[in-house]
Amino acid sequence: MGHLDVNVILRNLPYLWEGLQLSFLLAAIAIAGGIFFGLIMALLRMSSIRPVAWIALGYVNFFRSVPLILVIFWIYFLVPLLLGHATGPFLSAVVAFTMFETAYYCEIIRAGVQSTPKGQISAGVASGMTWLQAMRHIVMPQAFRKMRPILLTQSIILFQDTSLVYVVTLRDFMTSVSTVASQELRMVELYLFAGAAYFAICFAGSRLINRLDGGFRR
Amino acid sequence: MIEIRDVSKWYGSFQVLKSCSVSVARGEVVVVCGPSGSGKSTLIKGVNGLEPCDEGEIVVDGLNVGVKADLRVLRTRVGMVFQNFELYPHLNVLDNICLAPMVVLKRKREEAEARARTLLGRVGLTDHALKFPAQLSGGQQQRVAIARSLAMDPVVMLFDEPTSALDPEMIKEVLDVMSDLARDGMTMIVVTHEMGFARRVADRIIFMDAGEIVEVRPPEAFFTAPESERARAFLSKILEH
Ligand SMILES: Nc1ncnc2c1ncn2[C@@H]1O[C@H](COP(=O)(O)OP(=O)(O)OP(=O)(O)O)[C@@H](O)[C@H]1O
Ligand SMILES: [Mg+2]
Repeated sequence: MGHLDVNVILRNLPYLWEGLQLSFLLAAIAIAGGIFFGLIMALLRMSSIRPVAWIALGYVNFFRSVPLILVIFWIYFLVPLLLGHATGPFLSAVVAFTMFETAYYCEIIRAGVQSTPKGQISAGVASGMTWLQAMRHIVMPQAFRKMRPILLTQSIILFQDTSLVYVVTLRDFMTSVSTVASQELRMVELYLFAGAAYFAICFAGSRLINRLDGGFRR
Repeated sequence: MIEIRDVSKWYGSFQVLKSCSVSVARGEVVVVCGPSGSGKSTLIKGVNGLEPCDEGEIVVDGLNVGVKADLRVLRTRVGMVFQNFELYPHLNVLDNICLAPMVVLKRKREEAEARARTLLGRVGLTDHALKFPAQLSGGQQQRVAIARSLAMDPVVMLFDEPTSALDPEMIKEVLDVMSDLARDGMTMIVVTHEMGFARRVADRIIFMDAGEIVEVRPPEAFFTAPESERARAFLSKILEH
């Protein structure tokens, strides 16, 4: 195996950085989109209008039963067929990730909402709020506080899953690492580096959230 | 002020309320009592539509609970205090009180806060404005909940067993606040087992059993000479300890 060659990483840093940027960008959009649409989906899922709740339930069950990589393929190959023109790999990856993650965030948010005692909504509604106002001002702030650790876990998984986009020709961080590793024939250095980088990013992410969490704590 | 006419309600095939009728005048204090499961909570929650009734109608201050447009307005004028306080744990005392006035009545923050501080003074909690519910005793929490309801300037206050989750030494401070409120002329419906309070403060007692309003009488008459066998049985049970 010989000694570790750190230079191979320094030399390829700009190339690796490009891959990392793509991973970051994709994860950031998918996290924001997933939480946004997950929230809407959760509200639909809890709707008292049965057909609406069923459609939301169907959506969630469907996306939770297929692998993400399949969704990425589908969107990449099917959407152009439907639209009649290509959408490009990045856009299709964004759509695939957002649709997929919406299902997971929906369930996290729904569980958080349902862990808030029902009497809290009653108190809001009794003071003249609509159900949505009570949700927005009373239930959601409590639910999100409880959900923070699970949301963080889901978001870290999502970030790691961005490595799947190599199947639609995109070059994320992990794909860049593999490319460099095989070109330079320096597997050990690059895969150690990749592990360290993933660990550092996810660790920093969870520290940041805990920091925010601490700031909110009374 | 409050008209309850022939109200019935079912949970599946189980009838919780059986053709209940009673009216409450402006400024009147009515205590509702009766055995557990007799429908007291269901009746009082009917008054602000938290538990919609299946038959009959309830009209509060000219607003019909069964009419959707009326109901929103009605709820802004009818305050409710719950057994478990239901303060919002993520907000401090001041924000708990200001939330509904700001969200529902669109009051400005300063205006809402000024009113909140006045009300906190009234329930004896001036120094606790910035505390969170978890930092308060049960009695203090329930007094905040009362102040929170009053912040909407209600014309009617509903209380569903406001002291039954409290340790005995805290019951009095809450009942005192309620007595003050009654003295100031608030129209109140109070579900409670505190018979001392009922005797002192209530204008009338409603006795319920198995979904029926069995007796509606002034406290003296009710406590000294209940008309029905059911009320006698209930009173002997509740007064014996
Ligand atoms: N959501 C519900 N579904 C089915 N039955 C219910 C429901 N809510 C209440 N009940 C039943 O209706 C009856 C009346 O309930 P209610 O809460 O009004 O009684 P209560 O007089 O307030 O009793 P307590 O003194 O225990 O509070 C009870 O027998 C109860 O089991
Ligand atoms: Mg009850």
